[in-house]
Amino acid sequence: MKSNVMIVVAFIVGAVLAYLVLSFTGSEPATTQEEATAPGLLETIVSRGELKCGVSGTLPGFASLNSSGEMVGFDVDFCKATAAAIGVGLSIEALTAKERFTALQSGRVDVLYRNTTWTMSRDVKLGLDFHGVNYYDGQGFMVRKDGKIKNAKDMDGATVCVDTGTTTELNLADYFRSNGMKYKPVVFEGADKARAAYEAGRCDVHTTDASGLAGQRSALKNPNDHIILPEIISKEPLGPVTVHGDNKWGDVVRWVLNVLVVAEEKGITQSNVEQMAGSSKDPEVQRMLGKTGTFGADLGLSKDWAVKAIPSGGNYGEIFERNIGKSTPLKLDRGLNQLWSKGGLLYAPPIR
Amino acid sequence: MTPPRRDQPQSLIALWRNPVARAWIYQIAILLAVGLGAHTLFQNTRRNLEEKDTVSGFAYLANEASFGIGEILPVPVLEGGLIHLLIAIVAGLFLVFLLSRWQKRRGSTIGADTRLVIVVFILLFGVPLAVLFYSGDTIRAIHYTEANSYGVALMVGLLNTFKVSLIGCVLATLLGLFLGISRLSSNWLVAKLSETYIEIVRNIPLLVQLFFVYIAVLRTLPQPENSLRFFDVAILNNRGLYLPSPIPQDFANLFMLSIAATLTGIYFWRRHVKQRQDRTGEQLPFFLPSVAALVAVSGLVWLIFGTPFQLEYAELRGFNFVGGLELSPEFTAMLISLTLYTAAFIAEIVRSGIQAVSKGQREAAQSLGLRGGQTLRLIVLPQAMRVMIPPLTSQFLNLTKNSSLGTAIGFAEVVNISGTIINQSGQAIEPIALTMVIYLTFSLSISMLMNWYNAKMRLVER
Repeated sequence: MKSNVMIVVAFIVGAVLAYLVLSFTGSEPATTQEEATAPGLLETIVSRGELKCGVSGTLPGFASLNSSGEMVGFDVDFCKATAAAIGVGLSIEALTAKERFTALQSGRVDVLYRNTTWTMSRDVKLGLDFHGVNYYDGQGFMVRKDGKIKNAKDMDGATVCVDTGTTTELNLADYFRSNGMKYKPVVFEGADKARAAYEAGRCDVHTTDASGLAGQRSALKNPNDHIILPEIISKEPLGPVTVHGDNKWGDVVRWVLNVLVVAEEKGITQSNVEQMAGSSKDPEVQRMLGKTGTFGADLGLSKDWAVKAIPSGGNYGEIFERNIGKSTPLKLDRGLNQLWSKGGLLYAPPIR
Repeated sequence: MTPPRRDQPQSLIALWRNPVARAWIYQIAILLAVGLGAHTLFQNTRRNLEEKDTVSGFAYLANEASFGIGEILPVPVLEGGLIHLLIAIVAGLFLVFLLSRWQKRRGSTIGADTRLVIVVFILLFGVPLAVLFYSGDTIRAIHYTEANSYGVALMVGLLNTFKVSLIGCVLATLLGLFLGISRLSSNWLVAKLSETYIEIVRNIPLLVQLFFVYIAVLRTLPQPENSLRFFDVAILNNRGLYLPSPIPQDFANLFMLSIAATLTGIYFWRRHVKQRQDRTGEQLPFFLPSVAALVAVSGLVWLIFGTPFQLEYAELRGFNFVGGLELSPEFTAMLISLTLYTAAFIAEIVRSGIQAVSKGQREAAQSLGLRGGQTLRLIVLPQAMRVMIPPLTSQFLNLTKNSSLGTAIGFAEVVNISGTIINQSGQAIEPIALTMVIYLTFSLSISMLMNWYNAKMRLVER
């Protein structure tokens, strides 16, 4: 009994002492806060010599391993262009939808090019900054060709495979709720697992962004047994994301994306960029490729940042066609992702 | 217990030499170090969160979840009848506890006095049943939809974890007991089969087995239209296993009550039989009369008041089977792999427990004329239980914690749901902390229950 009393007393005394000590140290953090924000991400990346870019890793066409074990795809090419513009190496991290924001916030990656939908809550609540759109998408549904579903309204009572932590998961619920239909979600962590379950017949429907579905379909054993329904039920602007507040780093990410779009407008390609940099008479091209003006230095990059960025994967159109365009298994149409001057939504601010 | 007291220390050195004082100083120092560590961690996290402009706190739990969950159990709401019922149960347990303390002080046990046993029965079952009868109508449950809050979604996950863990623990214990005993069987084939099973299952990671059960088995199952049917009772396809579910009719409560009453009667009959045997050595029949009473009472109530339960069969409507009892592939895969895996470990615990009982006990039982089954049931297993309970507890804990692997195959358990919440609400630390608290609560409850059982089974030294 006696020793129990001693322990209790010791705890009380200890707690009081701990409280006293803590109340003295409690006011200190203010000073360390300023130190923590001092070096921007761009400086960190340059001194590290490597850009850490977060991608999906399991989505054919956008980011997946090729037969020689390299990560390739549409999103990966934007990572490469960004790294090339800064003039550093690139390290690619494959992240699940669930991990991605935590990975970004904790500094595991510097930027996400991971078919991430720009939404208000993510922008204002999660401490993230979106820097434009590299793919205008919408949510679609994939079903078996010989099944009972011919259009989206036939789906009442269906079982749906979906990837967790996505806007898709929420849109799905909204769509069925607003149409007074019922569904049974089977939620997986990782797009590849959702695809495997759909292929095994666990679900009638597989849903994600239409571009993602095209990629998923190309990875199925018999892609021709499956169709993607024409209905698109949501807006999914996918774009690069960085942590909130580091504007200098945000500018770099945003303008690398923009410059790839402008390059397509101006007809600057992977092969002719060197030559254009030397000979173009277009003042905007001259500013962009660093012949005139100080945009490179203003971004904190070298003068020829754009000349370095474009050869890595070409302009926006080249990146699109090589990874997900008509000649690839995904066979995606430019659609909304055509330049504004050709009826699409791609519209980069002028380089001026 | 305490070291001999000395005179009051005169100097600091004397204080340091005093073992009591030294122990205090150590404790306080360690406590300070732990407190400081926790404080630094907390402040650092808070600062980082503030810096990144993210929201923190637990207010998100009230926000609308707006994502769907495939596997839903009704979440009871803590109000009205449920509170009454919980109070009745807790009060009953507390009174029984007091009663047992009181009996212990008098050098006796509750079991020694039939009147006290009746009191315990009334406290533990009678009173809660009466409460259920009077205010059962006010018990309300939420059926989760997307419009409910994150908090309700988490509760759904918690109930799914609870469901698979509870059923898993029971099944794994039964299978493990069977395997452990067969491994010691004198039949060569049975012993070797059991050994092979144990060695294979125990040495393959659970996650691999889970994927095997889920993906490999699921792929071979047919679409709903071509379901496998077992006499139209069980229906199996790649959407799950469908069994008929009993739908209670008007007199279902009466039926259940009569069965409960009969079981109580059987319990007291067993007491009587045992006491009689202890006193006189005469063995009264127990098994046959019990079964006969159960059949007779339930049959009589059935005949007089009509069928208490109507079976509802699942039918194919649209894409899937509707109605009946539905076991989803995720739940079934989870349950099967948890059971098979944990049973292999429990089998080894059972074997070690049985082998820990000295051979002399078995030989003594045989020389007294007990048959093989009797020896096992009356002599070996009760003694083996004492050795088995502590490691069994840790297997139950493992099973419960392993149920978190459900997230890998899309089973809507607590880690899966809180993962979704993390991503949709954007708050990572709070949901993870909450998940840890949930598992800690589960584990500590299991430990507490098993420790109580252990204390009860322990050799009573006189």
